Amino acid sequence: MQFRQRLQSGALSVVFLGAICVIWHATTRPEPPDPELAGMDPEYLELIGATAKGESNPMPGPIEVAQKVWSHLEDPFYYKGANDRGIGSQLLYSLARVAQGYFLAVLIAVPLGFMIGMSPVLSKAVDPFVQILKPVSPLAWMPLALYTIKDSEPCSIFVIFICAIWPVLINTTFGVSSVRKDYLNVAKTLEAGRFRTALFVILPSAAPTILTGMRISIGIAWLVIVAAEMLIGGTGIGYFVWNEWNNLDITNVIVAILFIGVIGMVLDRLLAALTGAVTYAE
Amino acid sequence: MPNKSSAPNMIEVDGLTKSFPSPGSGDDVNVFVDLNFNIRKGEFVCLIGHSGCGKSTLLNILAGLDRPTEGFVCAAGREIDGPGLDRAVVFQNHALMPWMTAMSNITFAIKSRWPHWNKSRVRERATRYLEMVHLNEAARKKPAQLSGGMKQRVGIARALAVEPQILLLDEPFGALDALTRGSIQEELIRICRTTEQTVFMITHDIDEAMLLADRILLMTNGPDARLCETFVNTLPKDRERHSIHHHPNFYPLRNHLLDFLVNRSKALSEIKQTIDSRNVPEVVITAEDENEVALTANS
Repeated sequence: MQFRQRLQSGALSVVFLGAICVIWHATTRPEPPDPELAGMDPEYLELIGATAKGESNPMPGPIEVAQKVWSHLEDPFYYKGANDRGIGSQLLYSLARVAQGYFLAVLIAVPLGFMIGMSPVLSKAVDPFVQILKPVSPLAWMPLALYTIKDSEPCSIFVIFICAIWPVLINTTFGVSSVRKDYLNVAKTLEAGRFRTALFVILPSAAPTILTGMRISIGIAWLVIVAAEMLIGGTGIGYFVWNEWNNLDITNVIVAILFIGVIGMVLDRLLAALTGAVTYAE
Repeated sequence: MPNKSSAPNMIEVDGLTKSFPSPGSGDDVNVFVDLNFNIRKGEFVCLIGHSGCGKSTLLNILAGLDRPTEGFVCAAGREIDGPGLDRAVVFQNHALMPWMTAMSNITFAIKSRWPHWNKSRVRERATRYLEMVHLNEAARKKPAQLSGGMKQRVGIARALAVEPQILLLDEPFGALDALTRGSIQEELIRICRTTEQTVFMITHDIDEAMLLADRILLMTNGPDARLCETFVNTLPKDRERHSIHHHPNFYPLRNHLLDFLVNRSKALSEIKQTIDSRNVPEVVITAEDENEVALTANS
């Protein structure tokens, strides 16, 4: 039954994809030439471009996009100057920034959340700060970061760090503070020390909650990096999108959207798998 | 008196009172007041009382997880000031770590007790205790994959594996069906008889208490619960679950306990002053004369 259901939903997905492509294709056909252009000088027509002559549509159809995706996949890491490098290397730049900011956030938020979660007093004391800082768009930190750090590269990492830290911090605090008292009592009656209790009782007990926080964070970090790179420029998939917009290459913008989506999904699946690995049944 | 009267005291409870702040304003509410009793080495003692008389609170104090408002508890001559490996607890809801297998739940306890043991020694001991509760096949299973009875048996194995001076059981079989409960009770009897383990167990099941306990402590209803009777189990030591009710003494004893739970626990809680909490009467019902209740004072 379950296999049957999966087969059905898979088939339905393919049908949806087909429908989207058909509609997309139909709506991006070249429009008929402007009647005012009839009888114009052929040399002038040549200058105003294929769109005006009714030979192409500025909005690419699925076929053009598929061709472009294929050409990117064939040579993802080419380098033809600072403003023209393969989408693969742009994605790697973005991933590297996300990885640095994200792991820094996890490295700080997990031990900090542990400490806060262990103490109800500290937990209450820190709460207002977290509540105020959490809803701030990470891009709002950008000017402050640029002013203090000056170099733009660490700035984008800082922006990722600041957006990734809150979900991990909040979830770690919550996970640690809500470890069932029974488990702590078992550890106490066994005279397990603080370190042993933290490592073998509190950490595994809170692990699913912590990893859920990490999963939320990686999603946010991947959202934010595109915007951050649009501001900072130079390299990265965000810069690529903005650069292609300046080039008026809509096809590349759509291709970039697809790649961003796929990588975002892969990151999410990865963290979901890790969460699944540490989740336990009560 | 049974033959264990000469054994040294493992647990001494002296003037124990526990109060909680009352929900509204006003005075604190006493859960229990001025408890005095001893548990001798090798003895199996059950505590019976209705819900709300502070049974679990008392056990938590003995375990060192809770503190009394007044009075003190000595374990092996030393005052209890916190939880310790000399007192192992089997919790009401088993409290096995759900992320660990049955085996690692036990090895965690053993490693806490003997931190310097090597892996194979820890494993060997854990295997031995899993075998003791007949769960070798379940070693690699997580608690969620085990039945309620199996979980509680792992809990018992974990508690015993650290070689505690005293085993504290908090209504461990309350949530189990009758069949499972019976088989675990038999295992517990077998283990305790062979190892001469000192046990303090909380229950509200009279039959369980009569099967397992050498002595049964009876508490009045709370609040202000008191210890009002020490009941000596005069059934033969080698009693078995399937034959215990054929013993001529079984029903007189059982009726006495039942009568306590149904009538006297409430009545006694209303006439507090009649109980001398420092000199709780000891009740011995002997086989020779079923109708006579011999009341002797605790010395």
